[in-house]
Amino acid sequence: MAKKTGHVIDFASIKATMSDPYKKTFQIVDENAKIVNQELFDTFSDDQLVDFMKKMVWERALHEQTMNFSRQGRLGFYAPTYGEEASEMGSVSAFKDQDFLFPAYRDLPQLIQHGASVTQGFLWSKGNAVGDDYGETRNWFPQIIIGAQYVESAGAALGIKKNGEKDAVAFVYTGDGGTSQGDFYEGVNFASSFQAPEVFMVQNNGWAISVPRKTQTAAETLAQKGVASGVPAVQVDGMDVLAVYLATKEAREFAAAGNGPVLVETLTYRYGAHSSAGDDPSRYRTKEEEKPWFDRDPLIRMRKILTDKGLWSQDQEDKLVEEYKDSFKASMKEAENTPTQSVVDMLKTTFEEPTPQIKADIARFEAKESK
Amino acid sequence: MAKLTYIKAITDGLDVVLGEDPKTLIFGEDVGKNGGVFRTTQGLQDKYGEDRVFDTPLAESGILGLSIGLAATGWRPIPEIQFMGFTFEAVDSLGGQMSRNRFRFSGKRAMPITVRTPFGGGTHTAEMHADNLENYYIGTPGLRVVTPANPYDAKGMVISAVENNDPVLFLENLKLYRSMKDEIPEGKYTVPLDTAKVAREGSDITIVAYSAEVNESLKVADKLAKENISAEVIDLRSLSPIDTDTIFKSVEKTHKVVIVQEAQKMAGVGAHVASEIAEHAIMNLDAPIGRVAAPDTVYPWAQVENDWLPNADDIEEKVREILNY
Repeated sequence: MAKKTGHVIDFASIKATMSDPYKKTFQIVDENAKIVNQELFDTFSDDQLVDFMKKMVWERALHEQTMNFSRQGRLGFYAPTYGEEASEMGSVSAFKDQDFLFPAYRDLPQLIQHGASVTQGFLWSKGNAVGDDYGETRNWFPQIIIGAQYVESAGAALGIKKNGEKDAVAFVYTGDGGTSQGDFYEGVNFASSFQAPEVFMVQNNGWAISVPRKTQTAAETLAQKGVASGVPAVQVDGMDVLAVYLATKEAREFAAAGNGPVLVETLTYRYGAHSSAGDDPSRYRTKEEEKPWFDRDPLIRMRKILTDKGLWSQDQEDKLVEEYKDSFKASMKEAENTPTQSVVDMLKTTFEEPTPQIKADIARFEAKESK
Repeated sequence: MAKLTYIKAITDGLDVVLGEDPKTLIFGEDVGKNGGVFRTTQGLQDKYGEDRVFDTPLAESGILGLSIGLAATGWRPIPEIQFMGFTFEAVDSLGGQMSRNRFRFSGKRAMPITVRTPFGGGTHTAEMHADNLENYYIGTPGLRVVTPANPYDAKGMVISAVENNDPVLFLENLKLYRSMKDEIPEGKYTVPLDTAKVAREGSDITIVAYSAEVNESLKVADKLAKENISAEVIDLRSLSPIDTDTIFKSVEKTHKVVIVQEAQKMAGVGAHVASEIAEHAIMNLDAPIGRVAAPDTVYPWAQVENDWLPNADDIEEKVREILNY
């Protein structure tokens, strides 16, 4: 090799090929609604196919309704999920109840699918910590310091292993931006070092607020970030709900069987703004750039597949959307009727045993609040 | 009873909690086979197995993040950060995460984590291996910060810290590790996490100190006693919260106070104690509040260290100044 290239070590060729194993994007239905893997497609029952579509319609309706609520000033911080329905609903459908979910702020739909209520999601957004009281369900709060959920979920995966739980894993989500964090690498590496049962989800939606995916890393895929830690990984078409589901399910089974963690990168797109708090994507990207992603929309391809099979109609979908939106409005009412939090509530949940200073503050604020 | 060093007293306390609660876990860098770089966890892996006492990859944020996830799945983690200077790598876990989780979960989920780490100076270590970062962490709501000044308290407080259902940053003084011995009762006993201790009673002046500076202050009190000056020495033990009642009671009696710390002067423990006295007990004073602290530079390298660290002479000078005011 040295003779041929004139170099002792052929870094150029290593660099040119190192991403290759991760570039075979896993797909079952392509953007033209063409089934590209019939064998795997046939493993789904009609009911399952309809169920995936319903979940995606639910998530999109949730997005539309939350944007309405935001415009009406009825929500606080909320991260739109528009465009990421296949990635989020496909992956969460592979969960079992006993799995532990560590979401980031754009993962409220998975939290809700995994046992939290829509009302709790709204309470969280409105700034009421009651929204994060998940009871016995294995949910963690939507992480804001992106990266922290990666190291924490590695601990939960190790805890699951130490508990001797036979069929449970920790699931964690981040986006393309999150993979640049030191905590991302530490989490992946810790879970791998302990061969803990964990599935790392990377929802590559192209943007970290205004910073594009290409600025995050010169690596051709994010999936390959697992390999240095000894974690097998796959890149999946994140607009193909069936592919996301099957890849996640397979990853979960592999991890739960004691083979160590797996990383799944879903290629998806953030159609809208970063958050409801005034981000304007037209400042940093063009409509032309967005268009191909809208053409790959996950609902379009599933709608066509299901309609062709006689399992779906636009009329049915419209009715569903109305139903879902009515339920979200009821949840919003419930959230609005929930007592607001007080400073006393905060003081009482700072320590199990309030310190003398906190006791004094409780008395001070109780007197204020009773006025 | 056995005469144990400060470090052996901590090992003994860890042995007690590992033996009592099968959900306790010790982990960090070199804590397993090697028993920690200072040997604080020596013998514990042999006794309790690799499932309970284990090494981790070298990453402090990973270690404390791991603690949070382990606590989330029912475990009671006792992570070690090898040197306090290395907690800079894990500030989010301490300040952004574990300390806020009880609130985040509306009081329904706990983070019973004891983060052990050696701090303080005077041992001529490499840079970042000696440091007094307690000033950073006492301003973290939801996090207890404690530090024992002697072997007896070290064992009793480490047991209390592990049994506490909130995160505790447990600071072990590097210089005291092997320089002090106490009679240590066998088996379990606890020392409270939130009360100061009157280390020596006196009536003419109050010296408030913590960790290694308690011993320096006691030396000064001994010396002054020969001149019939009676100094009361208070060992804070808990840096957050601070037991102000014990301080106020003492100041009411002595009317004079000197606050001593090894850490830099800006903000921090001594500044907070001074402000509490100024706010609640100033009418009991008949002299200004005296302070002894390190200068506001970064922690010094080995050659400057002895000149930089406040010692008994500095304390004595300040105490005489306040007494003669």
